[in-house]
Amino acid sequence: MKFMLDMHDKMRPLFEKGGKLEKLWPLFDAHDTFVFTPADTTHEGSHLRDAIDLKRVMITVIFALGPAILFGIWNAGHQHNLNAEGATAGILSDMMQGAWIVLPIIFVSYAAGGVWEVLFATVRRHEINEGFLVTGMLFPLTLPPTIPLWQVAVGISFGVVIGKEVFGGTGMNVLNPALTARAFLFFAYPVQMSGDAVWTAVDGFVGATPLSIAAATVEGSSVVEALTSAGYSFSSMLMGAIPGSIGETSALMALLGAGILLMTGIGSGRIMASMVVGALVMGTTLKLFGSSAFSDLPPHYHLVMGGFAFGCVFMATDPVSAAATARGQLIYGFLIGVIAVIVRTINPAYPEGVMLAILFMNVMAPLIDHYVLQAHIKSRAANRGLANA
Amino acid sequence: MAKVKDILIDPVSKNNPITYQILGVCSALAVTSKVQTSFVMAVALTLVVTGSNLVISLMRKMIPSKIRMIVELSVISTLVILVDQVLKATAYDVSKQLSVFVGLIITNCIVMGRAEAFALQNPPKESVLDGIGNGLGYSAILLIVGTIREIFGSGTWAGLKVMPDAYANNGLMLLPPSAFLIIGMLIWAQRTWMTKVFEED
Repeated sequence: MKFMLDMHDKMRPLFEKGGKLEKLWPLFDAHDTFVFTPADTTHEGSHLRDAIDLKRVMITVIFALGPAILFGIWNAGHQHNLNAEGATAGILSDMMQGAWIVLPIIFVSYAAGGVWEVLFATVRRHEINEGFLVTGMLFPLTLPPTIPLWQVAVGISFGVVIGKEVFGGTGMNVLNPALTARAFLFFAYPVQMSGDAVWTAVDGFVGATPLSIAAATVEGSSVVEALTSAGYSFSSMLMGAIPGSIGETSALMALLGAGILLMTGIGSGRIMASMVVGALVMGTTLKLFGSSAFSDLPPHYHLVMGGFAFGCVFMATDPVSAAATARGQLIYGFLIGVIAVIVRTINPAYPEGVMLAILFMNVMAPLIDHYVLQAHIKSRAANRGLANA
Repeated sequence: MAKVKDILIDPVSKNNPITYQILGVCSALAVTSKVQTSFVMAVALTLVVTGSNLVISLMRKMIPSKIRMIVELSVISTLVILVDQVLKATAYDVSKQLSVFVGLIITNCIVMGRAEAFALQNPPKESVLDGIGNGLGYSAILLIVGTIREIFGSGTWAGLKVMPDAYANNGLMLLPPSAFLIIGMLIWAQRTWMTKVFEED
């Protein structure tokens, strides 16, 4: 380690202002801050002292994603073995097979997105940001395991450039870059992103996800029965050993991730809780007043179906694109839950309402914050007025 | 003659009606999924804006300023109806694809904007040049957007196959929001390349 640090420090002048490789400073800086503890500290009087910085935040999110990643890899292999060979293989064989399917997708996502990240950092001379470590991992987890690799590259490029760099990089983005990338693929290549044939990595195998079964249930019959006859129960959807996007199938793994995020204080519990409440409220409303077969679904089923749990824990809580004020976060989360269930239930063409709901509320988040702040200022002014009078 | 050149060239590049003045975006979103429709729309708008600039410039000393908008509108709508009828008679298929958007040239801000901002104050010759210039600026953007959307969305250019068979069509490019993205990126590119021009203004 000492040797590496010496090498590193010896190369520093090359990259500093006036050095030969001055243009590549962001690359050097990234290596410096990712691998070592940089020597420089805040230059002027700092008002807030905390051991945590953006890098620690992002690494914690990656740790929280761990269960979902591992489970996703296992599940991709499990579904493959189950449907290609007709029997369950051992856990080791499932993991190997899953790694074969999933790791290339993750690798392409990091490589293609990383190229754009470095390019913009070099041209604009800002730092290469750790935020991309999370974006590049979240994105593959929202994709079906059969996704062609070039689409992964196109998708993440769109997410990084249009979702983030256009607005000036991490911290300035209005939308969640990983979801922007997914939405782009969803609308650009619907054949590879939706339908019943993409969720299991076996050629020609067609297996409907719980959401598409629920959306296809005809009027007069029961959704729960339709799900049961297809082999889905509440607990199997909670566990997540079912076909679906790589990291999204298991609500339980998302819950584990939520535990880590909440314990470390990284993720906003307000957003997660209010999003769940929003979905339950809307689910109940639809059950009471809705007329289609899908709307008759018990509200708590919404929480384990599709990408709800994953989106709730990892996507909606993205600190940059979510609302920032405490009350704003409650409103923001609640409305995501409500809209996600509405889109899912009322519009069968878009089974994955969570993605659209989060993106929509991303756009609204600054507005919510604005009104929450204005209301706060007004109430303070009113209180003062009363006290003075 | 430098002035004449400026009137003609400026709206195509730095003072482009779509990417700089951000006018006429609605039709640029709606009709640009194919090159053919983009082209016809571009020609139609260029004709209307040139014609309306000419007529309004000729009448500019007679129009009472209080009712000038109404006068302008009637000139523009007359021209639009003319263009629409000619299209229906000669190229019925294209006119069907363009549906209401030829008729909506009446409300296109570029036409009204040029009449208000230029034709009312300038003699006919300059006004015609201004009309042609702005028409060309609009056309240029429409054709660029149409080209990108058709090539990536359908794998063809003006109906000719240009992409290999293995190319998977990008469905987003056929949806109107993609034109927003492309126009946005054009604005980004223009501002990056012409930073000096915009900062001097």
